[in-house]
Amino acid sequence: MSAPLKTASPGDSAPTGPAVTKTRTSPGDERGEGVVLNVFSHGFLALWALMIVLPLLWLILSAFKTDAQIGGSAFGWPQNWSLDVFSRAWDKGIGDYFLNTVIVLVFSVPLTMLFGSMAAYVLARYQFWGNRLLYFFFVAGAMFPVFLALVPLFFMVKRLDMLNSYQGLILVYVAYSLPFTVFFMHAFFRTLPTAVFEAAILDGASHTRTFFQVMLPMAKPGLISVGIFNTLGQWNQYILPTVLMQPQSGDDPERYVLTQGLVQLQQQQGYASDLPVLFAGVTIAMIPMLVVYLSFQRQVQAGLTSATLK
Amino acid sequence: MRKGQYRFVAGFLFIPVALYLIFVIWPYLQTFGYSLTDWKGQSQTFNFVGLDNYTALFQDDIFLKAIWHNILFLVFIPVITILLALFFAFMLNAGGRGRAGGVSGVAGSGFYKIVYFFPQVLSLAILAVLFGAVYRSDSGGMLNGFLMKLGLVDESGPVEWLNEPNFVLWALIAVVVWHGVGFYLVLFSAAMQAIPRDIYEAALIDGAGRAHTFFRITLPLLWDSVQTAWVYLGIAAMDMFILVSTMTAGEYGGGPDHHSEVMATVMMRNFLLYGKSGYACAMGVVMLLLTLIVSVVMLRATRRERIEF
Repeated sequence: MSAPLKTASPGDSAPTGPAVTKTRTSPGDERGEGVVLNVFSHGFLALWALMIVLPLLWLILSAFKTDAQIGGSAFGWPQNWSLDVFSRAWDKGIGDYFLNTVIVLVFSVPLTMLFGSMAAYVLARYQFWGNRLLYFFFVAGAMFPVFLALVPLFFMVKRLDMLNSYQGLILVYVAYSLPFTVFFMHAFFRTLPTAVFEAAILDGASHTRTFFQVMLPMAKPGLISVGIFNTLGQWNQYILPTVLMQPQSGDDPERYVLTQGLVQLQQQQGYASDLPVLFAGVTIAMIPMLVVYLSFQRQVQAGLTSATLK
Repeated sequence: MRKGQYRFVAGFLFIPVALYLIFVIWPYLQTFGYSLTDWKGQSQTFNFVGLDNYTALFQDDIFLKAIWHNILFLVFIPVITILLALFFAFMLNAGGRGRAGGVSGVAGSGFYKIVYFFPQVLSLAILAVLFGAVYRSDSGGMLNGFLMKLGLVDESGPVEWLNEPNFVLWALIAVVVWHGVGFYLVLFSAAMQAIPRDIYEAALIDGAGRAHTFFRITLPLLWDSVQTAWVYLGIAAMDMFILVSTMTAGEYGGGPDHHSEVMATVMMRNFLLYGKSGYACAMGVVMLLLTLIVSVVMLRATRRERIEF
């Protein structure tokens, strides 16, 4: 019985419990198979976990190396442990890109949630002519690849004089997040009990007030899931800003978002080689995702996977 | 319905519908129209040229190559990702030692899920930089450095993962798989946990081994999730723009010598670099048709009788 104890992580009492029961209840040969399988599965699982973690750690460590070290050997240990490289990356544009992304998302995510749930609520709870049609019209948008719209979208935004502007990108983000948001919140509002709604109306609340003060608070779990989904999706969006956020003239300032900026920094490496700054930039870009992920880990997983299943 | 209610409904729908029409539906429809013109983008005048763009498209060697690469992605990305995700999900949920004869998950499965899922929250731009560094074509690249340590690659001749026509597609597939396995693992694992325990116990009493249990019980009951995964991965394989355009050589990627070209990169190059808007629109329409065909075929091909439990 030494093998299973070895593979079980120390300090974790859970695995030893079943091992004890196992020895009491099952015959010898079956126990042998269990041990082999346990070692086998832990081996593969640990291997994949290493394959996920090691490249990420390696990249972060590389930010502390010098250029020559990065080019020399992949596994040299970094020597200058100063955070200087991070402030250099921040000054070199990451700060601006970061800020641009935050400015866009501060508006686009709440607006997406607001407009998406307004439309979804009306479509889910009110009978009127064209309801089904409108619903399918919204949902159909989720099926088409964004590439189909790109060319006319560019000229549409250009005509509105919103190329390379925050408001343009915000509106486009909201519009492209609507299909999924409406779809998900529609399903969610349908599950809410009608009794509360009727009580609110009977008490004299207007429809608008019922929505904001009664129905929306009840839909909070759904809002959180879709909110996380939209935040991650818009934070990571690359194709739309690539097309819409290019400086239009010489004196038009760069308003790149983070994803665009990182790619930009990477492509500049051909001219001025400063890889530690690039890696520091990536590390800075990863930090908010890591924090959000670790603090809302369950909701993120549930939100993203339920998004697929619905 | 009272009058006030109509006003409320209309008021709530006005902004979302307007935004959606202006930025999504109208451009989608316009694409079809523009794809029949010789529009060059900057000039406001263009002529109707019928299906010329489409005939040109199917004589465009680069675009045909791109379609072929998308098809390769379409075959390998879903198969590898789903197999790995199923394997790990089964290990996590049933790989542990039996609990009083039952089937149980391994210790620390929560920890594994957190680690595996993490790449999913990273943007593809981050992945592009990360794997650009991993695939570096000298001893400073993680993969080359590692293989040199093992003695599998000669110090003097490191592998140019992203510049070798035979490797570049596989290098890209590996990134997508690395990124996706955790997500589908969590998806499958949630579905596995929904399978009632007594089914497993009954199978165990009847003498079914682990392989048997997996193929005869777990997989059929998971089929719905597998199907969903298949369609989503298929759609992702039709895109691939970010990774190809940022990781491979050339303007908007596709290098070396168009060996990693996908439809999206050809389209974006034609639109943003050459300004051939009408032609790019025709490519957009072809991408839509192929994506729709893929979704329908995949749904059809994987259709099974639904098992209720």
